[in-house]
This record gives sequence, C-alpha cells and structure tokens, in this order.
Amino acid sequence: MKSHSHAFLSPRDMIGFALLAAMIFVVFPLLLEPFRLNLFGKYLTYAFVAVGLVLCWGVGGILSLGQGVFFGLGGYCMAMFLKLEASSPENTAIQSTPGIPDFMDWNQLSALPWWWEPFNSFAFTLIAVIAVPVVFSYIIGVAMFRRRVGGVYFAIITQAIAAILTILIIGQQGFTGGVNGITDLRTLHGWDIRTDAAKTTLYFVNGVLLFAVLLAAQFVRRSKLGRLLIAMRDQEDRVRFSGYDVANFKIFVFCLGAAFAAIGGAMFTLQVGFMSPSFVGIVPSIEMVIFAAVGGRLSILGAVWGTLLVNWAKTSFSESFPELWLLGLGALFIAVVMAFPNGLAGVWAEKIEPRLLKLTRRGDKPLPNATPAE
Amino acid sequence: MFSEYTASELGAIFAMQGFAGLILFSVFVLMALGLAIIFGQMGVINMAHGEFMILGAYVTYLVSNLFGDLMPALFSGYFFVAMILAFLAAGALGMFVEWALIRHLYKRPLDTLLATWGLSLILQQLYRSIFGAREVGVTIPDWMMGSLPLTDLIEVPINGIFVMVLAVGISAGVYVMMYRSRWGQQVRAINNNRQMADAVGINTALTDRMTFGIGCGVAGVAGSAFTMIGSTGPTAGQQYIVDTFLVVVFGGAGSLLGTIASAFSISQAQSIMEFFLSGSMAKVLTLLTVVGILMLRPQGLFALKLRK
Repeated sequence: MKSHSHAFLSPRDMIGFALLAAMIFVVFPLLLEPFRLNLFGKYLTYAFVAVGLVLCWGVGGILSLGQGVFFGLGGYCMAMFLKLEASSPENTAIQSTPGIPDFMDWNQLSALPWWWEPFNSFAFTLIAVIAVPVVFSYIIGVAMFRRRVGGVYFAIITQAIAAILTILIIGQQGFTGGVNGITDLRTLHGWDIRTDAAKTTLYFVNGVLLFAVLLAAQFVRRSKLGRLLIAMRDQEDRVRFSGYDVANFKIFVFCLGAAFAAIGGAMFTLQVGFMSPSFVGIVPSIEMVIFAAVGGRLSILGAVWGTLLVNWAKTSFSESFPELWLLGLGALFIAVVMAFPNGLAGVWAEKIEPRLLKLTRRGDKPLPNATPAE
Repeated sequence: MFSEYTASELGAIFAMQGFAGLILFSVFVLMALGLAIIFGQMGVINMAHGEFMILGAYVTYLVSNLFGDLMPALFSGYFFVAMILAFLAAGALGMFVEWALIRHLYKRPLDTLLATWGLSLILQQLYRSIFGAREVGVTIPDWMMGSLPLTDLIEVPINGIFVMVLAVGISAGVYVMMYRSRWGQQVRAINNNRQMADAVGINTALTDRMTFGIGCGVAGVAGSAFTMIGSTGPTAGQQYIVDTFLVVVFGGAGSLLGTIASAFSISQAQSIMEFFLSGSMAKVLTLLTVVGILMLRPQGLFALKLRK
C-alpha cells in the first residue's frame, strides 16, 4: 500500500490535473471542429457520472447500477425548463391548447400539470437539478444503508429502480414525452443554444463545472471522509466497531455521486438539446460503470480519461463497424475485470510511469530529487 | 366499469385473467429457477442469465426447423428433443463460462456482475450475427394449438397449459436435485460453509462448475419453453433480467420455496393490476412494491438461516 500524503494535491496530482485541463480547454477546442467538440462535450457530461462512481464504487465499495436515474433526473429537470421556454404561446399557436409542450397537446392534455409549473423559473430549475436527484438518492440511501444492505443487493435494487423509472417515463408520455423524451429545445433565456457559438460556450462551461466536480472529488478523497470510505470498503465491521456510523458516510457519498451525475445530466440536455429515457435505464447506467472501470475505479482523473476513450471508441466503431462494437464493449467489460482491475490509471501507475521515471532518471542522473514525491 | 357485463361474463373475465396470471407465474418460475440455483446457492450474479434462456430458445428454433425439413413425420414430438438439447447446450456453455470467467471472480461479486454483463453483450451480438436481428418464431406442433373450452365462456390456450405443466415439472425436478440428490446436498453444504465442505472431501471446484452448468441448463429449458408462447430476438434476454433478479431476491436467496412464492405473488399482483391500470403502470407499481418491501425486509420473504 502506498502512503498517502495528506496534502490536497500532491505534485503528481497537480501534473495530472494540468494535463487534463490542457487537453479539455486547449487541445480539443483547437483541434476539433464544432461538431466534434460538441460530441466531446457530450462525452464529458458522462464523466461527471464516472467521477461520482469512482467515489461510490472504487473508494466506497458501493456499486450503483442506477446512476442513469440521477443523470436522467438532472437532465429532465433542465429539459422541462427549456421545453417550457420553447413552448411559449406564440411558438405553439397551432396547437389546440397553445402554451403547453407539444407532446402534451398530442396526448390530449389541456393544461400544464401542476408539477411542471415551478419549472417556469430558472432559479427553481437550477435548484431542482441538484435537489431532486439528491433527495431521491437520500431516500434510497437511508432505506438501504440503515438496514446494512450493500454489495450485490444494492446493485440489483438500484438497477431495478432504473428499470422502474424508465417504464414510468415511457408509460406516462403525456407528462414526460414518452420514449422520445423531451425534444426540440431551443433557447435558454432567449439565448439560442443550437448555434455553434453557443455550443462552444456550453462546452467550456461544462469543462469548468467538470473541474469543480473533480476538485470536490479530490477533496473528499484526501479528507478524513475519504480514508474512512476506503476503510469501510475493506473492513466495514472494524470501522463500525471503532464508533463510526457507517451508514451516514455511505449515504453521503451516494448522494454526492447522485449530485455529480445530475450536473452531468443537466449539461447533457443543454449541449445535446434533448433528454430521453434511453439515458436513464439499465443499459446506460451500467455503461457508465464501465467508463469508470476502464479509467480505473480508484482514479478520479482516470474516470475522465476512461469516459473519453470508451465513448470515442464507441463513436468511431459504430460509424464504421456497428456489429463489432457490441463485441468490443463486451470484451472490454471482461478484460477490465479479469486483466486490468485498476484500469488505465493502474496500467499507467504500474507499467508506464516507472519506465518514464527510469528514462528521466537516466537523463539527469546526478539529480536525486527526480524520484517521485509519493 | 362492470355494468355492461352480466355476472357470468364477469366470472369468465376473472377466470381468464386469473389464468393469464397463472401463465405469467409459470414464466416467472421458469425464468427464476436457474437463477435461484446460481445466485441463491452460489451467490454469483449472472447478468447473462437472459442470454442463456435465449440460447435455449434458439436451439429450439433450430431443432424445429430441422424436424420440419428432415423428419416431418416426427414433428409433433420435436419439442421434447429440443428441450433436452437446450439443456445440454446452455449447460455446456455455462460450464465453459464458469471455467473461463466465474471461478476467478468468486471473491469479487461486483466484478462478476460486470464480467457477465460483458458476456451478455457478446452473446447478444453473436445471436444477431448468426440468426439475424429480427425476431424468429418456431412452428408450434398442431396438438399445442388452439384452446380448451372449459365452459361456454371460459377457454384456456393449450400452449399456456403446457408451459404451466413444464413449470411444475421443472420445479419438481430442481427440488429433487437440490434436496434429494447427492449433488444437491453438496451444493447446500458448500453454501453453508465452503471451507468445511472442502475439508470433508467435497470437490468444491467441480461442484461449483456443475452447479453453474445446471443453473444455466435450466435457464436454457426455460427459454425453450418460452418459444411456445412468444417469439425470440437477440436482445429479448435483457428484458427478463430485472424481473428475474427481483423474483429471486424477493423470495429470499437460497430458498426454492421462496422463489416460487415470490414468483406467484409478483405475477398475480401484476396481472390483477393490469386489469385496472395500463400495463406499464401495473408493472411500475408491482416493481415499486417489491423494491419497497425489499428495503424494509432485505432478506426477502423466506430467509434461509445460515451461520456466518
């Protein structure tokens, strides 16, 4: 076991953060045309979920197969606000009831449901984006962790919740837009989000938010809470016997992961311009786990790299060999479990970094301070 | 809502609805039995369980085509051959998977979950490449077509009865294997205390492989039975997975009786609610109730008492 320095950012972490920042804020915007940049922006919204999973699963040992629920709830909250703005009475004059979202009109609704009303306010929406998923995850967390349900049972129940929410959204299409989701989103406070310029701006907003989340996650890992989570993951009973209330720490980290996922969901809606149940259910939720696993379930930065890599591979493969992608993804699940349990971050730390260090050390042999600060 | 029906018609509706619930119950039992062995006894999360069922369904499809082309005279009996082959194929694949994947991961249950999910994706794509993306249906032998009139108003489909008979038969078979055979005794001993079972000379590695294989084989038979009441597509297995796991967990892992009781309560709740609500809302309410009860009683309906 490596000794963990108690500093917030070790020099090594600092380099990692700087490298990722350079990639997200300089290299991608310079190299990619607006369409591709928007695509990478979409990938980065999944990274919010993956970072949350690193804390819950890698550090805390709680595998949630329902992170799509929180991603979706955040995204739907944002989509409801944008949809209401796009459904002004002038825009929807041809409907039998002008002023309500088009899918409600198609489903013979003649008035806005009461729970849609508050989403006319942007301030309320911003609070709801975080609050709705966090309250939901808090309820799940209290119900499960207080009864000491964990491990595979927790995974199965969260997966069932993801399935239930998907069926509910698809079934209640008059209120939710059904299987198509909430589409045709246009403006945010009159600012057209569909132009290239707006998408580029949103990409940068997304990047800044992602770094805020990454720093928060790093703070949690370096704090006493982070060390307790690791202790709980490895020896839960000992932590309990030492007098800690294990359930509360689990509930906290689960809610934090939900909040991260929700921010990602809201940014997804803004950048992609719609939200649908296909980002809520079982399949997207478990794919988000593989993003974190490929990056390295213990590494916050690795989660971002893993997300980018898997999604980039998915896009390029499904463009040219759609039938190979599912095989590749399946093999990836198996390989990452059997051969690389610590993902890219593990490969980097065990294989690449020592060689790099050896090379640099050979280069400037007389300098003893070239050894890494662990 | 009942005013336009006469009393006897109402009785018939409830009887038919009850029968539909019994068919759903049989389907749930068939789906869950294999998993009750694998998850309940071994604690392995097999996310590819649905794909093993689909393998059985495709084997049945192949056998029905083969009999139709080569031995039309024996066609009415092909299903029994298909069921045995489905058991063998799914069981063999299961034993291979246990050898290649699962046995390395017994200590890491969450990783088993991810690895078997990967396996399910690979199997889905293989089915799609081999059998095509469209759903296929088998030709049902004549004796299974049509329905049996009980009264003037109530009639029950024969293939439904057949699936029910199969569910009862396979449950009885699994019961005998689990509680009356040497293998079942060993499996339960390992479930109770693996090291002790090892110490008294049970070949735990071989028993694990057999158990996983038999669980997958039962799943294959279930898939074979499903071809009698519906068509088969490459991704059909995925939609069973939540129901199946909830049935097993709700019943209390490790208890065969619990699995059957939970399949019964879930299927009846769902089919009764379907009469009053839309199908999707009935499903949502049923699943929510199950999840709610599991939050209050995580050990499920019938908890097996074990010394840990």
